[in-house]
This record gives sequence, C-alpha cells and structure tokens, in this order.
Amino acid sequence: MGLRNFFDRIEPNFTKGGRWEKLFPVYEMVESFLYTPKTVTTAAPHARSYVDMKRIMTYVVIATIPCILMGLYNTGLQVNTAIGTYGASGWRAAIIEFLGIGFDPQNPIGNMVHGLLYFLPIYITTLVVGGIWEVLFATVRGHEVNEGFLVTSMLYALIVPVSIPLWQVALGISFGVVIGKEVFGGTGKNFLNPALTGRAFLYFAYPAYMSGDTIWTPVDGFSGATALSVSASQGFDQLAANGVTWMNAFIGTIQGSFGETSTLACLIGLAFLLITKIANWRLIVGCMAGMVGFSLLLNAIGSDSNPMFAMPWYWHLVTGGFAFGMVFMVTEPVSASHTNMGRYIYGALIGFMVVMIRVINPAFPEGMMLAILFGNVFAPLIDYFVVQANIKRRAKRHV
Amino acid sequence: MEALLSLAVKAIFVENLALSFFLGMCTFIAVSKKISTAIGLGISVMIVQSITVPANNLILTYLLAPGALAWAGFGEVDLTFLGLISYIGVIAALVQILEMVLDKYFPPLYNALGIFLPLITVNCAILGGSLFMVERDYGFAESVTYGVSSGFGWALAITAMAGVREKLKYSDIPDGLQGLGITFITAGLMAMAFMSFSGVKL
Repeated sequence: MGLRNFFDRIEPNFTKGGRWEKLFPVYEMVESFLYTPKTVTTAAPHARSYVDMKRIMTYVVIATIPCILMGLYNTGLQVNTAIGTYGASGWRAAIIEFLGIGFDPQNPIGNMVHGLLYFLPIYITTLVVGGIWEVLFATVRGHEVNEGFLVTSMLYALIVPVSIPLWQVALGISFGVVIGKEVFGGTGKNFLNPALTGRAFLYFAYPAYMSGDTIWTPVDGFSGATALSVSASQGFDQLAANGVTWMNAFIGTIQGSFGETSTLACLIGLAFLLITKIANWRLIVGCMAGMVGFSLLLNAIGSDSNPMFAMPWYWHLVTGGFAFGMVFMVTEPVSASHTNMGRYIYGALIGFMVVMIRVINPAFPEGMMLAILFGNVFAPLIDYFVVQANIKRRAKRHV
Repeated sequence: MEALLSLAVKAIFVENLALSFFLGMCTFIAVSKKISTAIGLGISVMIVQSITVPANNLILTYLLAPGALAWAGFGEVDLTFLGLISYIGVIAALVQILEMVLDKYFPPLYNALGIFLPLITVNCAILGGSLFMVERDYGFAESVTYGVSSGFGWALAITAMAGVREKLKYSDIPDGLQGLGITFITAGLMAMAFMSFSGVKL
C-alpha cells in the first residue's frame, strides 16, 4: 500500500488551494489510472452501478486485444514474406538480426516481434502526442483527463497503414483529439468519432501515404493491393488469383491496416463487448442489415461495367475495415444515435453507405471510415425524428 | 429518365450546394440553431429553388439567349449580358410572393423565419442554382430536376447541421469558440463526412 499512501500524501498539493492546483487533472489521471476513482455523484438522482466511465473504456481496450495480436502477427507475416523476395533493410531488420530471430514467415513469434517493431513506434507517438494535447486542454480548461483517450489512441493506432511516417501519426492524432473532441469540450461532448476524424484528415491531406498498393507492407519494392482495391480494379472473382481466399480474409492474413484485417479477431472483441453490454446490439443488427440488404440489392441489379456490383455480402464483411469499424466505431455510444429505434436506423445507414461507397464511388476503394463519419453527422437528426414520432404516437393515444 | 435521376442524386449528395460548394453559408449558419426552424427554412429554399431555376431557364431560353428573341422578330439580338440582373429580379419577386403566402397561411413558420426569409433573396445557393443551370446548359426538364434536388440537398444539409447543433448544446465549448466559431468547425467536419460522395460518377 506504499503507493496508495504516497498518493494520499501528495494529494493536498493538487487540490484547491494546493501548490500545484493547476496540475490537478494530471494527478487525477495518474491516480484514477492506477486506482478505482473514489469520486461519487453528490446530487440526486442516484443510480448504483459498478460500470463507470473507467470500466467502459477499459473494457473497450480489452476488446481490442485480439485485433492487436492478430494485427501484430499479420504485419510481421506480410513483412517477413515480402522480405523473402526483396531483402531486409532498416533499423527494424537490424534489431531482428541482433536478437537472432530471423525473417522466417513460418515463425509466429518472429512475426509478432517484427509486427511489434512496427506497431510500437506508431502507438507510442499516438499516446505521447495525443496525451500532451489531452493534458494541455485538461489543465487549461479544468476538466479531467479521461480514459476515453486510451480508447481513441488505441483505435487510431490500429486503423493507420503500417508504413505511415510518424510525423503524420502525430498530426492526425492532434487533429482528431483537438478538432474532433477537445474543442467540443472533451469525451462525451463530441459528435464525430475522434479516431476516425484524425484518420480522415490524414486521408484527405496526404492521400499518397494513405492509399495505394505500396503502403500496406513497408518493404522496398513490394507492392500488394488490399482485397478491396483488387476487387475494385479486377473484380472480386480475381481475389483467389491474387492469393486471397475468404478464409484468409476472415482470419486476417491479408494486406491492410494494423487492426482491420482480421474479421475473426474483431468478432471475438464484439462478443466480449456484447456480453459486457458495452456495445449495443441494435447498432450491430442495423449495420449488418444495411450492409447485407444493400449488397444483395446490388447483386440483383448487376452491372456489366462495374465488377464490384457482384461482390456478395460475406465478402463485404471480411474485407477492408467493415468488421473493425462495426465493432469498435459504430458502437461508440457518444457519436451514435441514442434512441433504440434510432440505433437500428443509424446502423443501417452506415451499412448502406459502406456498400454504396465501395461499389458506386470509384474514388475510394474503402468506405467504412467515411460511412461512419457520415452516420455520425446524421445521428442527432435520426434521434430527433424518432423522438418526434414517439411524441406524436403518444399524443394520439391520449386525445 | 435515368439521366434525370442521376442528375438528382448528384445535385443532392455529390454536389451538395451547402457542403461541397459552401453556398448559402449565411443562412446555413444563422438559422441552424433549431431543427424545426431549419426544416422550415430548408423547405422554403427548396420551394424557391424549384420555382426560380425553371423560371430563369424559361427566361434564358425565350428572352436572353442569342437568337432567343427570334419569335419577336429580333433574331440577331443577344441579351445574355442582362442575365445576372434578370435572375436576381426573378428570385426577389418570387421570394416576395412566397413571403406573403407564408404570412397568410403559415404564420408560425413566417414568424420563425423572420428576417431570414427576405434574405433568401440574396442567398447565394439560390442564385448559384440558377447560374449553374446556365453554365451547364440545362434544358427545361433538367432545370426542374436540378432546382428541386439541389434545394433538397441544401435542406438536408441544414437539417443535419441543426441536429448536430442541438446536440452541441450539451457540449462544453471553450469561450472563444462559442457560437459562430464552433459552427464553422462543425460545418467543416460535416463537409469532410460528405466527401464520401465526392467522385461518384453516375
């Protein structure tokens, strides 16, 4: 209990009237990271629940663990496979050689370590730069640094391409945290998903670094298209010729950003979020229904010139960021609709938009990011109409 | 028919007047505090737009375009230099009529819109719609479609904006950004989300 005593001893310095009163948010952040927050609501109404903000956010981070592990493994696998042909270079290769692990793609541990060497710099940059913004805003504006930032930074690090330069990581998370969240007042007050806002900002600002065939596996000379861009350019029936089977895409051994490739890992995370009731199942149902419904419709319509029309829904599910976005971003309670009926509609809108962007919009091969942002914009409006309809229905009952 | 349908989709989403051309920003930002008012304004812009674009199209084809006055015996006259002033005139007259109709039949909406209804006259989205019609050589059927759908796109954008702003009432926005500042940021972020349509070819 030495640490607890230490916290209790230094706490008066940070409370009102203390020496470092302004730094209270920093103290509070470190303390509530290590211990259960002891603050309780003082004014009525009271609801007793063990699920507080810290618990929710921690659970979401836990739910991303399968995605992280699969992402590390897959990144290492892709890089090691490519190194077999194109040769290794750079400081990561030097570390691997120093450790004597080797570049054998058959060695899962070696893959994980190599993936980690790519993931850690990105994640640490995200944490440091985003954390500085969080603490800065918290100190100046006097609110608490929230565990929500851990979720934002984890999700953000999982949706950027592996080869992204670190200054872009810093820029993107700065935009996401400041413009996407802090100017609205911090966690729970934003209307767009901060991680996606940062990612979208990078996507439009530096398209050459965020899309194409050479960014997913950072080995010089290697070029590997994502499943979606293969389908968009050659038709999805060509996927097998490019070495992508449905099972590959489901397990996640394909080209893509860190966390998004493995649908299986996302579904494990989803199961955890649903069991702990962090994620609302209505959002998932709506999103799946929108995606399946619209892709079936497009399958039925068919097109001679656009091969994407024929892509069946179970391929839409496993390719690109659909599963990851659906599990971790559509279910984000802040930017989603708040009414039950609204959740179905909001989910369906996103599911519809994903397929629409992937199939009909030739400018973007992947649509999950923009679809979710689009859904975020309309979420409050959906709530409004659901509430109005409810008011009308109940008013009619009591004439 | 298919061409008209794709024109409509394009005008609503891809080339949204508010969020991809940033036209009509003054009303877009000033009247988007409440959803109900925003819907009202959106509908009136849509109505004005769907009347003025076809009306201006008729004026262009039968009065202003080169050779348009052939029916009156002035085959060689080209009055296109009168374009801007005629379109503005038509818009102003139509808005005046709409205002009187609303005052008579929908007083609550009339009161809610207040000064912004006359301001539709100088709403750049309305004039922009007519000028796009001229620039892109729309025929009559096309201009009817374009008028209705571009107005609808603008209405959709302002309604979504009002939804977001009603939600932002519960936010804790820094002092310097309250009001207009945060609204501009919001409009920018919404435009980013609407980028999902940019590049759609129909």
